[in-house]
Formats: sequence, C-alpha cells, structure tokens
Amino acid sequence: MNWLAWKMLTGDRAKYFGIVFGVAFGSLLIAQQSSIFVGLMRRTSSQILDVTEADVWVMDQRQQNVDEIRPMPDNRLYQVRGVEGVAWAVRLYKGLVRIRTDDGQFRQAILVGVDDSTFVGAPRQMKQGEHADLRRPDGIVVDEAGYRVLFPGQPVELGRTLDMNDRRAVVVGICDVTPPFQTFPVIYTRYSQATQFIPRERNTLSFILAKAEPGVDKDELSARIRHQTSLQAMSWDDFFWFNIRYYLENTGIPVNFGITVTLGFIVGAAIAGQTFYLFTLENLKQFGSLKAMGVDNLRLVGMILFQAMAVGLMGFGIGIGMAAGFFEAMEISGQADLRGMFVPWQVIAMTAAAVGMIVVVASLLSLRRVLVLEPAVVFK
Amino acid sequence: MSALDQPATASNVVTGSAVVCRGVTKEFGSGDSVVRALRGIDVDVEFGELTLLVGPSGCGKTTLISIIAGLLDPTEGEVEMLGQDRRNLTGRKLVQFRAENIGFVFQQYNLLPSLTAAENVAVPLLVRGQERLPSIQKAVEMLDAVGLGDRANSMPSQLSGGQQQRVAIARSLVNQPRLLVCDEPTAALDAKSGRNVMGLLRDVALSSNRAVIVVTHDNRVYDFGDRIVSMSDGRVECVEERPSNPHS
Repeated sequence: MNWLAWKMLTGDRAKYFGIVFGVAFGSLLIAQQSSIFVGLMRRTSSQILDVTEADVWVMDQRQQNVDEIRPMPDNRLYQVRGVEGVAWAVRLYKGLVRIRTDDGQFRQAILVGVDDSTFVGAPRQMKQGEHADLRRPDGIVVDEAGYRVLFPGQPVELGRTLDMNDRRAVVVGICDVTPPFQTFPVIYTRYSQATQFIPRERNTLSFILAKAEPGVDKDELSARIRHQTSLQAMSWDDFFWFNIRYYLENTGIPVNFGITVTLGFIVGAAIAGQTFYLFTLENLKQFGSLKAMGVDNLRLVGMILFQAMAVGLMGFGIGIGMAAGFFEAMEISGQADLRGMFVPWQVIAMTAAAVGMIVVVASLLSLRRVLVLEPAVVFK
Repeated sequence: MSALDQPATASNVVTGSAVVCRGVTKEFGSGDSVVRALRGIDVDVEFGELTLLVGPSGCGKTTLISIIAGLLDPTEGEVEMLGQDRRNLTGRKLVQFRAENIGFVFQQYNLLPSLTAAENVAVPLLVRGQERLPSIQKAVEMLDAVGLGDRANSMPSQLSGGQQQRVAIARSLVNQPRLLVCDEPTAALDAKSGRNVMGLLRDVALSSNRAVIVVTHDNRVYDFGDRIVSMSDGRVECVEERPSNPHS
C-alpha cells in the first residue's frame, strides 16, 4: 500500500513539490537561523576555544564573561601556582586595543598577550611565521581575516607595521583563529609586550591559565583554587558554557533568533500543513473508494503517514542541504561575518524533530477527515 | 424459513439469494430534522441475475445499495449479504468482507488519476495484500477481458469516459467478487457507450455465482436487467421480473 500512497502523492507534481517546498523552506529557515545562532554563541567563546593547553581558567571573582575583564594583580599568579595539584600556571592578557595602520586608519582589535616563555595561549594554526617569532622586538601575530581588515586589498605578508598606543608593532606571523563574536582583528603578542600596547593600568592580569598535574581532576582543582585564592576558577568547558550563558541571559540574541526559528516552523507548518490538507481533501473521494474496497482506517492512517514521512524526509533533506550549501558558499566567498559557521549535528537533529512535528501536524489535520469519512461517500 | 434464518454455509450461499433485505429502513439526522430515506424495503438480489434499481432522484436507490454493499448500517430491518447476517459484520470483519466479496463500479469511475489503467485495476488485489507485479499481470488479463488490453499502460486522463468505465468494471471484477454493486454506471456516458458498458456487465460480470446490482435512472438500459426494482419515496414500488431478457 506504500507504493499506492507514493503514487497518489506524486501524481500531481505541482502539489507534491508545493508540499516538499513548504517543508524544505521551513527546515531551511530553522536550520540556517539556528546554525547562525549557535555559531554566534560559539563565537562569544572563541578565545576560550582557541586555548587548548590549559585545564583551568582563573579570573576575578566578579567576572561574568570572557570580554568584560576585571584585571587582577600579578601576584595572584603565584597564589595559583602554590595550589596543590597545579602543574603550571601562566598569565594571559586579553583586551581591546585601538590600532593605527600605516595608512592612518584607526581600527579596534582584540589583543591577546600570551606567556612570554611558554607561549601558552598562542594561536594553534600559524599560516605564516612561527610562535618563536613573537620573541622578536615589537612582534605581533595577526589573524588572517583581521589582517584583511587592517590592510584591505593588500597581499598578506609579514613585516607590515602598525601603531598601538603610540608604539610600533611589526607583523611577524599570520594565524588562523576561531572567528570572534565582534569581527575585530585578533592580535597576539607576548604578555610583557601587550602591557606596552595598552594604556597604563594598575593591574593587567586578565586570566591565569593553569594545568592540572597528571591524575588531578580539573573540576576538583578548580574548586581547590577557588577555595584557596578566592578567585573564580573553572575548567575550560565550564568557562565556555558560563560565557555562553551570560550572552543568552543578557542579550536579545536568543529572542531574536528564537522568533525567526519559530516563524520558520510556523511558515513551514502552515505551507506544508495547508497543502497536505488540501491534497487529502482533493483525494477524499479516492480514499473513500479505497475504504469501500476494503482498506481499513489503520491502513489509511499508514498511507497518510507514509506520504507525510516521504515529503518530510524530502523537504528536510533539501532544507538541510540548502542551509549547508549556504554556509559553504559563505566560506568559499570569504564572507567574514559568517566565517566558520556550519550546521552542527544538534541543529540537524533539532530541525529533524521540528520537521517531524510539521508533518505530524499536517497529517493529523488530514487524518481526521479521512478517519471520519463514510465509505458511502463514493456513491454521492 | 427465510434465508436470514439459515446458517451461512457455502452450499446455501450460492444457491440462495445473494442479498436479502427485509423491512429495511434508514433515517438520517435526528429529532425534527430526521430524514427517512428508506421506509421498510423488502428486496432480494439473486445470483446469476442483473438487478436494476430504478427510480427518480432522491427515492433512496443510493442509500439502499450503500446498505446492500455494507457501506451504511440500516436503522431497522434485516439484511443478509452472501449468506451473512449484516448484524454480525462489524468493524474489520465488515471491511474484510467487502474486500473479499464485493466489487464496486462508480458513476464517476473513481480511478486514481496517477495510476495507469492496469495499476488501477490491480488496486483491489493490492488491498488484499497481494504482490504488486503479479497483481498488475492479473489486471492486464482482466483489461483484456473488457477489451482494453492494449490500453493497460494508459493513464485515466488518456481514456474516454466509456473506456474509463470499462477499466472501473475490470477493477471491480479482478478480485472475483460475488456481488457487484454499480452506481449509475452509464450516467456519465453517451447512449452507445452506456449500452456497451451494460453489455459488458452482462457478458463479463454476470455468472452463476455472482449477482450484479445496478442503480440507474437511465431507462435506455432497462432491457439489460433480469429484474427491475422500481423505487419511489423510500419504498419499493414494484418488482418486474424479465425472464426472457433479450440480452441473456
């Protein structure tokens, strides 16, 4: 009977494609907007994601996210190093800095100062130059997308200079980083150098990155650091979610994207539901004939659910494919705003669930009409 | 002892009446708005006969064949279909009974537009759970029997009204039903096609172990009936036996 259901469904191509389009459009909106939302949220924690060497992030007790930093005195580093179970602990500076490029333009950038001796916190992927080049006087490493912002239309090359806080900096490396939430260039330098690139402040220590000794649980170590230093300490993945939670709770981003995703669901459900419902209504006499010929309600329900599943799968596949194609096209075109975004499997699963609901709603509307249909309708 | 009182066994089913209705009434609605479509119908449909149910529009013909075909429940009265008391046929049992024993021919053919002629004819076999390819093969043979073997792969939209009705007849017969119920099969056809369809019902559908009942108000085809049951205002007005039917 599934064959019969399939033939009935695809008999009128225009209606069939109309239903599939409705589902595809709904899943495209849901998947694309959810993916951008997830991508943006991920970007808020990009600097956390890029530091892989440390187990624990330590910061001021009242710090709420990775961007609004309350600097700590330098001696806090030694307190952390003194906690039992800490294999090593290093400094990390993170802040915003104003840049003047050699053509006189001003730009804002994210400045990251990594430990002078170990380079913990330095970019993982160097595209030009090496970490060791940071030892060179005034040396900085710039992310490639940021370089294009600082030097638009110019070839990516080392040796370019720029000014930060009236101090000269030389590009000694080009790196790749997880795109940040604000599309500012990301500049890496040594911690000691970073403090020269920013206006004078009493305290400059943004974070302490600590590694647990082998066999020491990172959550346990975090708790120990909190207890002994009165600082805030958490594992990198806890910090990742802590930071995302802040943005979820304190910005309008989730509401805005939530509205779009909900609209995608409603529009998809409305188009697919209405078309599917009309499709069933137009076929009511055929369903009546089948009932008269001895097809019971259970099999009719099976046929309609099969039809709904078929358009659901087709529409879902097309919608997800279009969403993935969109991000791929953005990546290829080098569109900085959506760089690094993709459709995560969680979004695919959520979209599948939403599409499942759309087709279930659509088929439920139709099922009711078919179930109450008197087979005697065929003689009317 | 009436047929309704007899136990349904294979021997008395074939030799007895295909359908026996006694005191059948049917009401639609309730209270002040009740409509009495049938008012105590007594009618027999015999095996090997083509019974015509005739009468003006609204006289209850369609309601009566809906009850005879097991598509509607009577409000009162007794109905025996192929030796089975209608009251004992409910739910899935009734659905299965219809699938196995009753063929339908509709006024508007009711062919599935997205299926070929052969696929349409195969539908009752698929409903009974048979495999698709052998069903379609059997359907082509049935189309051959109604003279449409060469149109097996045509879509309904490519066939004339008469041809579509012949496909519908082939569909109704592919299951070898013992009761064939036809609702105004010639209403949408011109006179010649109508007579061809009625001729086909007599020649192909009618057999000693099958009864054919046709609802019609087309008096041009009355001479095809072995028995003509005339209805008026929900009652049987008269039953005309035509033992010397020129087409038999």
